[in-house]
Amino acid sequence: MSPTPEPLLSGLELRKSFGSTTALNGASIEVRAGEIVAVTGPSGSGKSTLLHCLAGVLVPEVGTLTYRGSRLDHLPADERTRLRRVEFGLVLQFGLLVPELTALENVALPLLLERRRRTDARAAAMHWLDRLGVGDVAQSRADQMSGGQAQRVAIARALVTGPQVVFADEPTGALDTLTGERTLEVLLGAVRETGAALVVVTHDNRVAAHAEREVVLRDGTTEHAGASR
Amino acid sequence: MTLATVLMGVLASGPAHGYDIKRVHDERFPASKKLAFGQVYATLGRLERDGLVESVETSQDGGPERTVYALTAKGEWHLRDWLASTEPAGPYVADELVRKTVTAVHTGADAVDFLRRQRAVHLDAMRALVRERERSTSVGERIAVDHALMHLDADVRWLDEARERVANHDTRSHR
Repeated sequence: MSPTPEPLLSGLELRKSFGSTTALNGASIEVRAGEIVAVTGPSGSGKSTLLHCLAGVLVPEVGTLTYRGSRLDHLPADERTRLRRVEFGLVLQFGLLVPELTALENVALPLLLERRRRTDARAAAMHWLDRLGVGDVAQSRADQMSGGQAQRVAIARALVTGPQVVFADEPTGALDTLTGERTLEVLLGAVRETGAALVVVTHDNRVAAHAEREVVLRDGTTEHAGASR
Repeated sequence: MTLATVLMGVLASGPAHGYDIKRVHDERFPASKKLAFGQVYATLGRLERDGLVESVETSQDGGPERTVYALTAKGEWHLRDWLASTEPAGPYVADELVRKTVTAVHTGADAVDFLRRQRAVHLDAMRALVRERERSTSVGERIAVDHALMHLDADVRWLDEARERVANHDTRSHR
């Protein structure tokens, strides 16, 4: 085995509160390039908050966030947004596609926001839809798709910019077991092919078992991975 | 009688000798413990005594003598009957995990830490099964692995819940 490389992304001693509720209370996590990490823990343990802090959606009150050696929490909002759009991909439990847009337009959207040419953006979007097996719904809107199809479209949208890290929050939570399993396989296949790291928040142990490593959160704090013996 | 019937199930595809029966069994049930040859031959011996299989050929290609076994008509009937009947659904209350955790709670040992470490062991096992399932090409293999995986998943959920209950109980009793 090669020596452990520097983490691509790390959060150290993160604290985040919402009003009087402490969501993160000193959680730490490291993600290496190309690594698949599961974040698990009981409901309310801070899993989603940790994911959203790592993805630059939320800013922790205390702690350091480092991406490729630079402080993510020090970036101005517009630069953080750009990073989030290009370097990071986000997949949520309910795909959260823009309902007025077709699948193709949804997937092309992050590229258009980056001022890529419309024809290029649409070609890249079509490529990803085909690759994830949903090319046939390219012209459908979200309400014309099954849950599994919508989630594949959301995965295509997360991957279309060629991100270094994909964040997924309960990506199969709203799907039945077999559809969820196929969707997860599509997501895993795609990140493995592109070499992106994947951080997946899940309460499903069978989803967690697909990751190379598990980070367990309890009461806003990360537990040491159990020395199993 | 389960192993015996499973071996009869292997022979239902055609006559085979002990080594092949073991190999097919291990492929069919990748998540199960590999069979020992002694176990296979002892079981075949019992099945032959009971008239459920018969030796149809003995070959010796330079190596040790090999007996080829086949299913008898009685064996086929027995197998069909087994396949058509349901199994009792437990109870599994005497599981080692339960025994250990309950004992830990009663003796004041650190049950929470045991449950935490046990979760990691279970998840390692699930990870290995997931990799196995990714490699498997047949429906039979996949569903056999799924069964083991879902049982481990049920165990992990129990480990997490038990931990929550033990931890809450501790907090309450310290108040």
